[in-house]
Amino acid sequence: MHFAFSEDQTLLRDTVRDVLSKECTPEVVRRVWTGDNAERAPVWGTLAENGFVGMAASEDAGGMGMSEVDLALVLEEAGYAGLTGPIVETALAGLPLLETLGAGGPHASWIERVAGGEASLALCFEGQLLALHAPLADLLLVARGDALYAVPRADAGLAPQVAVDRATSVATLAYEPQAAHLVAQGPAAQAAIQLAYERAALGNACVLVGLARRMLDMAVAYAKDREQFGKPIGTQQAVQHHLANAAGRIAFAQPVVYRAAWALANRDRGGDETRTEAELAVSTAKIYAEEAGRVAARIALQVHGAIGYTIECDLHFFMKRVWTIAPFYGTSAAHRARIGAHIL
Amino acid sequence: MNLDFTEQENAFRAECRSWLEANVPKHSLPSGDTREGYALHLEWERKLFDAGWSCVSWPKQYGGREASLYEWLIFEEEYYRVQAPSRVTQNGIFLLAPTIFEFGTEAQKERILRPMARGDLSIAQAWSEPNAGSDLASLKSTAKRTEGGWLLTGQKTWSTRGAFSDMAYGLFRTDPSKSRHKGLTYFLFPLTGEGVTVRGVDRLDGDEGFAELFLEDLFVPDENIIGEVDKGWEVAMATTSSERGLSLRSPGRFMATAARLVDLFRRYRETCDPALRDQVVDAWMGAQAYRWYTFKSVTDMLNGKPIGAESSLNKVFWSEMDVRTHETALAILEQGACLDEGSAAADDEGAWIKGFQFALAGPIYAGTNEIQRNIAAQRVLGLPRG
Repeated sequence: MHFAFSEDQTLLRDTVRDVLSKECTPEVVRRVWTGDNAERAPVWGTLAENGFVGMAASEDAGGMGMSEVDLALVLEEAGYAGLTGPIVETALAGLPLLETLGAGGPHASWIERVAGGEASLALCFEGQLLALHAPLADLLLVARGDALYAVPRADAGLAPQVAVDRATSVATLAYEPQAAHLVAQGPAAQAAIQLAYERAALGNACVLVGLARRMLDMAVAYAKDREQFGKPIGTQQAVQHHLANAAGRIAFAQPVVYRAAWALANRDRGGDETRTEAELAVSTAKIYAEEAGRVAARIALQVHGAIGYTIECDLHFFMKRVWTIAPFYGTSAAHRARIGAHIL
Repeated sequence: MNLDFTEQENAFRAECRSWLEANVPKHSLPSGDTREGYALHLEWERKLFDAGWSCVSWPKQYGGREASLYEWLIFEEEYYRVQAPSRVTQNGIFLLAPTIFEFGTEAQKERILRPMARGDLSIAQAWSEPNAGSDLASLKSTAKRTEGGWLLTGQKTWSTRGAFSDMAYGLFRTDPSKSRHKGLTYFLFPLTGEGVTVRGVDRLDGDEGFAELFLEDLFVPDENIIGEVDKGWEVAMATTSSERGLSLRSPGRFMATAARLVDLFRRYRETCDPALRDQVVDAWMGAQAYRWYTFKSVTDMLNGKPIGAESSLNKVFWSEMDVRTHETALAILEQGACLDEGSAAADDEGAWIKGFQFALAGPIYAGTNEIQRNIAAQRVLGLPRG
């Protein structure tokens, strides 16, 4: 038993944190928010140049062959910075899926383009009515039954919608499967699709934890600064307890999420038993991270008071990101049901 | 990161499992918070100690087996899994012992550790006073210098199992000219003999688990001071940190409770509200989350990052989880939830209302959750003091 990230992993996190703190400032997020929905802000170029977008692809495909554990901290930082665009879908879930099923096939040229940061991916699993980021992603990976389709954006029957987080695009899709888009079909395809779903849920959890941390930091800073009755509001016990509650949610979500990343990266070491263990770990992670995100949003808003209830305050970017992405890749209800079906 | 156990850790688990399965009493003992139950629990502690399972992480010279902290957590998981008797020695072996290891003299280690772990010397905690609870530093009990030692005077309260114990540990004011955290000394003192009166107090669940201690010029020799004179606060804080942190409530306890809840739901699923299913899942997840949080804390500790004020968040988490888990069990039992242990129709489920009452103490003891939230806000988040 050894539950800690390696030096390389924390170094990678620090590098990404550094890039994002410089290039993905709230001003940048605000420009995406108010602009023409150019969801992939310029920072994506820097991330891609440094190999962060393609890191989960194999070295042959231009990636770094990195695991869920390596990516967990990177995605948490992406959440913390409020990075816009399909980073989870592209880097953690979609690219390895495309590589597993599409290498050597008619859609193989996409793999290097995505790994190199030229193209991005959106995901649409069975039963999903909306696809996050689809209006700006170059390629949609659409799962239907045991088949995976790689669908260029223009062919997906997209009807762009408006999410509460204006910096995240979303669309409904009316897609009828076409043979030309088929990447793979059968049990192996189904297993790869299932794995991509687990990765997407895990990635979402990482981002949610990062968002929660950011909102807590903002609320703590505000509580230290804002004075009422002649002293900072952060001296008030009621405010302190709110913030301690948010900190507790985050402190317990993190190990659950990291453990899920490890369980998923090592899912095959013990056959069906460890694959099930990984699924239950991912479900727990998604539930805990979503709860941390939602609670941190509520508390950060309450601590900010009326200023938090405005578009002028940066807090709304992070709250609305939580509300937008949290229902994807398994709602908490769906993940609870999955755990319940197994343990009860 | 490697979240699998090593071969050695797995072998350790197998060894404790087989010993526990062969030796745990077939029928559960009467509550260890009653006089008769306490004596039976001490017998069990002797058996545990003699087989080397009482304090697995301790050095061999004091009766331990030098197990790693991970192995200690494994032992705890196995211990609670078989529903072995509650550890009536825990305030000594888990809370006082870390203090003695850190601050005690060699002579104190020799004199106290083995007898305490074997149940031959039972030791209670004596922190609170009638007017010093959450604000412990306002305590008023004094220790006056006398030839060869000190005379202790004052009143301590909520001393767990103090009515059945041989000795207790607590803080006394040795320098009355100083206030609050200064001028306090950490004493180990007897609970029998001249100068001390012990009165048992029945807890919410009816067990005589508490005691009030009245001290009047109780003589205590110098050798019973732990740490330095007037430096007791620092010594005491080391103990409370381990209390909130690792050793007070290991994950095995909550994993076992969650497993019992899952079992209860399976037996009552046809009759109970189907909405309770999600609450059972939440209880299961809570125990898992606490387990992984703890393993991560241990790795951090071994990497030189000791559990600091984060232990306050930890204490809030497990104590609130424990209440919710028991509330869920009571909801599943419906009217049956009212039946106390020993009531014929309760079968074995009377343990839930008893456990519920004890769970309600969790947010109060070892520093109330309000105090824990203050600590977390100020020392983890850096918010200013009021």
